[in-house]
Amino acid sequence: MERDDLIEYSLDTHHSEDQGKSIRKKIYKVTLLLTAVTVIEVFFGALIKQDASIWPLVKWTFIALTLLKAGYIVMVFMHLGDEKKWLRYVILIPYFIFILYLIFIAIWESTYVKEVLNTLG
Amino acid sequence: MGAHAAELDSKTLWGGKISPFSTSYGKLMMWFFLVSDALTFSGLLVAYGFTRHDCRELWPIGEETFNSMPFLGHGFPLLYVALMTFILIISSVTMVLAVEAGHRMDKKNVVKWMVATVIGGFFFLGSQAWEWYHFIHGSEFGKIELADHSVAIVKGHFGEVQNFTVFEGGKHHKKGDVIKDDLMHTFQHAASKGKINNGVITLHDGSKAYVHKEKDHGLKLIIKKSGEKYSATNKTKLIEGKLAEKLYYDALYSGEADRVVYGANLEQNEYGPQQYAQFFFFITGFHGFHVFSGVLINIIIMIGAATGKYHKRGHYEMVEKTGLYWHFVDLVWVFVFTFFYLI
Repeated sequence: MERDDLIEYSLDTHHSEDQGKSIRKKIYKVTLLLTAVTVIEVFFGALIKQDASIWPLVKWTFIALTLLKAGYIVMVFMHLGDEKKWLRYVILIPYFIFILYLIFIAIWESTYVKEVLNTLG
Repeated sequence: MGAHAAELDSKTLWGGKISPFSTSYGKLMMWFFLVSDALTFSGLLVAYGFTRHDCRELWPIGEETFNSMPFLGHGFPLLYVALMTFILIISSVTMVLAVEAGHRMDKKNVVKWMVATVIGGFFFLGSQAWEWYHFIHGSEFGKIELADHSVAIVKGHFGEVQNFTVFEGGKHHKKGDVIKDDLMHTFQHAASKGKINNGVITLHDGSKAYVHKEKDHGLKLIIKKSGEKYSATNKTKLIEGKLAEKLYYDALYSGEADRVVYGANLEQNEYGPQQYAQFFFFITGFHGFHVFSGVLINIIIMIGAATGKYHKRGHYEMVEKTGLYWHFVDLVWVFVFTFFYLI
């Protein structure tokens, strides 16, 4: 039976040739950015040794750049930036609550485990 | 976008029958699946961080572990992984271009970009196979336990093994035989079993032979675990020149078993703590499996697009959905790249 109560949301995402042009331009821009960030990461990764005094700064820069790359992939390539606000929140909020807690508890616990191992030999 | 929902007040919007998010069921469920899959990968990476944080041995450093290139040999820190990352980013871009073409109902370009994406996926899988092969087989030097019980990894150019000249016959080889087959494998096997003593190798059949080997160049020892004499702290951890050569070959030719470890398996590896290789195999393997299934799904969708199945439907949402999965695979790799290779 043909259902008439379903709305074809997929048609909403259609766009024209002109819109396509500007979307493609955005895609190429993001490509360039992602490539540049990867090149920078590898350059510093190969150049700066992990026992250098500047290393902690480099490490946190790597993490920040990774989050930047991830943001662009999710928001532009996966079009999450174009979805409705609450769809964005439904996906991101639960994820971040779980992960921030997981990271916190993992660092906390493993510091303790190390302490115990060091004490008991 | 969101034309249907735009003119509705929130009571109607959340009252049923329509999607308050203005997306189809399939796309929404793909997103929820990806969230759960992201939690899985995050769990793995956090477990890796946990282990690394409480590990009391020195953790391997990415640029020391991964420094080979196909056809070029060693000495290219991180370059190959960077190439893999680049391949995956580019195949993500071709995917998003396929989705964009789909939104314009441009069948020809959808198929073109899907084909490019599949090719990129295969390139990545091939690269990963190469990476695993190298990781499992390891370096020519291996990881060595020195006389003072310190443990070092070794860098430099390994002088080729030329032949074994038999001077005491066994069951198979006679005195005076010059063996030239399977040298490296025999050499490494004998070394790890402690069957090389002062330049004399004991072969499988019990015969004894002199090892003829070219000189190594620029041999360097990096101490990873402190012993009685050498320690892994900054000042003394690097040993070079004649001393490095002497220490290495004293240990390698000591005639004691388990002084040297080549490559990696689930029990031991030449790079660092045992858990390191296990995490490497599991995380990159699990990601590689995602890439593999992603390529299969992409092929199915590519065929669907080429036969005009989606064109008849009036939209290319299937391309969009498989695109979400493919971008997710790229997203995971971005994190694996940072946490496993860079820091």
